[in-house]
Amino acid sequence: MFFASVKLTVYTLVLLALTSIIGTVVLQHGSPEAYIRLYGPGLYNMIQVLHLDRMYQAWWFLMLMVVLCINIVVCSIDRLSATWKIIFPENISVNPRRFEKTKNRQQFESHLPMDRFARQAKQILAGRNGKVIEKNDETGRFLYAETGRWSRLGVYVVHASVLMLLAGALIGSALGFKANLRLDEGQAADTVFNAYTRLPIKLPFTVRCNDFQVKFYDTGAPDEFKSSLTILENNQESFTEDILVNHPLRYKGINIFQASYGPTTPDKAVFEITDGETGTVETHTIKNGGVVPLPAGAGNFIFEGFLPHYSFNGHDLGEAFIGRLDTTRGNNAQIVLPTRFPTFDKMRKGRFTVEVKSWDQAYYTGLQVTKDPGVPFVYTGFLLMIIGCWVTFFVSHQSVCIGIEQAGSGSTRVWVAGRANRNAQSTNLTVKKLVKQLKDVPN
Amino acid sequence: MNSSLLLSAATFIYALASVFYIGSFSFKKQALARFGFWVIVIGLVANTCGILLRWLESYHMGYGHAPFSNMYESLVFFSWTAAALYVFVECKYKESIIGVFVSPLIFLGIAYASFDPSITSKITPLIPALKSNWLIAHVITCFLGYAGFALAFGFSFMYFIKPKEAGARSLFAKLPEWDIIDELTYQMIVFGFLFLTIGIITGSVWANSAWGKYWSWDPKETWSLITWFIYAIFLHLRLMRGWHGKKLAVVSIIGFLGVLFTYFGVNFFLSGLHSYA
Ligand code: HEM
Repeated sequence: MFFASVKLTVYTLVLLALTSIIGTVVLQHGSPEAYIRLYGPGLYNMIQVLHLDRMYQAWWFLMLMVVLCINIVVCSIDRLSATWKIIFPENISVNPRRFEKTKNRQQFESHLPMDRFARQAKQILAGRNGKVIEKNDETGRFLYAETGRWSRLGVYVVHASVLMLLAGALIGSALGFKANLRLDEGQAADTVFNAYTRLPIKLPFTVRCNDFQVKFYDTGAPDEFKSSLTILENNQESFTEDILVNHPLRYKGINIFQASYGPTTPDKAVFEITDGETGTVETHTIKNGGVVPLPAGAGNFIFEGFLPHYSFNGHDLGEAFIGRLDTTRGNNAQIVLPTRFPTFDKMRKGRFTVEVKSWDQAYYTGLQVTKDPGVPFVYTGFLLMIIGCWVTFFVSHQSVCIGIEQAGSGSTRVWVAGRANRNAQSTNLTVKKLVKQLKDVPN
Repeated sequence: MNSSLLLSAATFIYALASVFYIGSFSFKKQALARFGFWVIVIGLVANTCGILLRWLESYHMGYGHAPFSNMYESLVFFSWTAAALYVFVECKYKESIIGVFVSPLIFLGIAYASFDPSITSKITPLIPALKSNWLIAHVITCFLGYAGFALAFGFSFMYFIKPKEAGARSLFAKLPEWDIIDELTYQMIVFGFLFLTIGIITGSVWANSAWGKYWSWDPKETWSLITWFIYAIFLHLRLMRGWHGKKLAVVSIIGFLGVLFTYFGVNFFLSGLHSYA
């Protein structure tokens, strides 16, 4: 049966591993211009045909996963009926001959008579393993016990967990979304935009950013950033919560994460205007969009806006205020005031020089908004995968057999051997310990 | 005494251990290997103290975080996990000579951390995304996985060096029996596979709590998955297709190349979320 073969598993896994590399080398989710710049139009065509620009969602990649799933299901069904009989046997059949060639087999003589020794040995074995099966034949007596028969189910748990993970991923991609939301302090929104398609998504509630705070280390690197968010429903405040990186807000299946932040237009700022002709210096506090008269009635100054990144001759000068000088002589000039260079406006060599003295720094908060109903399935899959791997790798179906026969008068010849479906080393250890215990049997 | 000094000391002690193991192998002197073992144990102690001290120092500097946050710290921790796992394996299997291929790897990890000028050993504050207990769980489990694979890689070399027939006089006669090498390699890969699995999972859970996505196909994630696939292939080839010996050792070596690429290559050649380690 094609789908039951482990050969297919190996080929599928090899293909998955090899093709996965493509997506780490070729840009994912880029814009057409980005692809043409990076690879040229010819290669871009090929990338589009093969869906290499979003290859982990491409039909042929999903196809490989589907083949893997079918493979797991068919193979497990194929084998489970046989394994089931091994795991839950009607009666355990013991064949001492199967222990004859084991490498860990040890032999010794005891000074106890056979019956006494057998009784003691049975007690020891029962103490270790629980149920002991006893068997007699013409050569002697055998004691048999085992542990971990159920551990043979571990592999099925591992394989089921793979299915669970993929089911969760499928549910997530069908019913979930990932979106970005940018809120200035004080701003509210109930619609977010899908991170890939840019389509709007309406949330079942409204989010408002009350306040944003960022703390820095003395090295200048950001230490912590925090948004205070209020959830509103039917125009009623529902609750307020602070979110930090690693501490999202989760409500009604929607998760809101602190992702980024940036400066935004301050409400008001203090400007100092110097009249070069008269030497008059005036200081004004101006609201965003506000207008003040220039000294000597020469016109107006308008606070027009704010740029987070002002580019001057190809250099990023950082945050900058934008203003406009509207003089009665008919000059109308836009001026840019980078906050990092307070005397920047002097370079313009106009009659009036403007400098920003202080301002209330305002921020926008960059939020990531996600919904993923597949997560509980994926997490269940995670748990099953760990448990399954643990059981498969470290618990074995181990059996030990003790053979006892009359040696001479009053002494007994004993052999001990163990078998397991894996972990030979730990079986050897079990045998060694058992032999030590048996040799120490009190007279 | 500060942590850098202790960790440099550990580097030289590991170097010494490698010399003893290689010497034992070359001159067929079992005693040298016994000696090498104890030197590794001393190196491990220095390594442990160095890591703990560095942890303490980060608190004195006011940053206070577990020392798993950059390339330097992760390499130091890699050597620690590999050494610890090796000490455990040698105690359990009582085959001292196998350290000949493993001790140089332990040394190389920590030496690379100290001697590559592009890797800084400065203690720096954590960026907000790294402030999570999942970081500690993620790093520890991933590196336990890497340590398992590194040891498996070391053991796999024996397949290419040990002659098939047991010629008693040869340099390699001291190497363990085939079935022991086989079992050792397999056990190390099983150990590595379990911990890589847990490492990928803790990473996903962490990403889900920091960014709201448990999986985003970022290059480091993808490469760790590729590595995981390779070792899954190894397990199935061995268990179900009956592969053994050299053929399987090649798969183990390819797997370790995957580990190396996930660990170093992604940082150098590709870009993504994991810029630190
Ligand atoms: C990503 C996918 C898979 C993973 C992670 C996985 C994992 C594992 C693991 C960890 C083992 C135990 C290996 C050992 O004991 O050394 C195993 C065994 C096995 N796997 Fe998979 N597996 C996967 C896919 C498959 C598929 C698609 C099949 C379908 C044929 C398959 C068939 C088997 C079989 C037959 C065994 C041996 C079971 C036994 O001991 O009776 N596996 N697998």
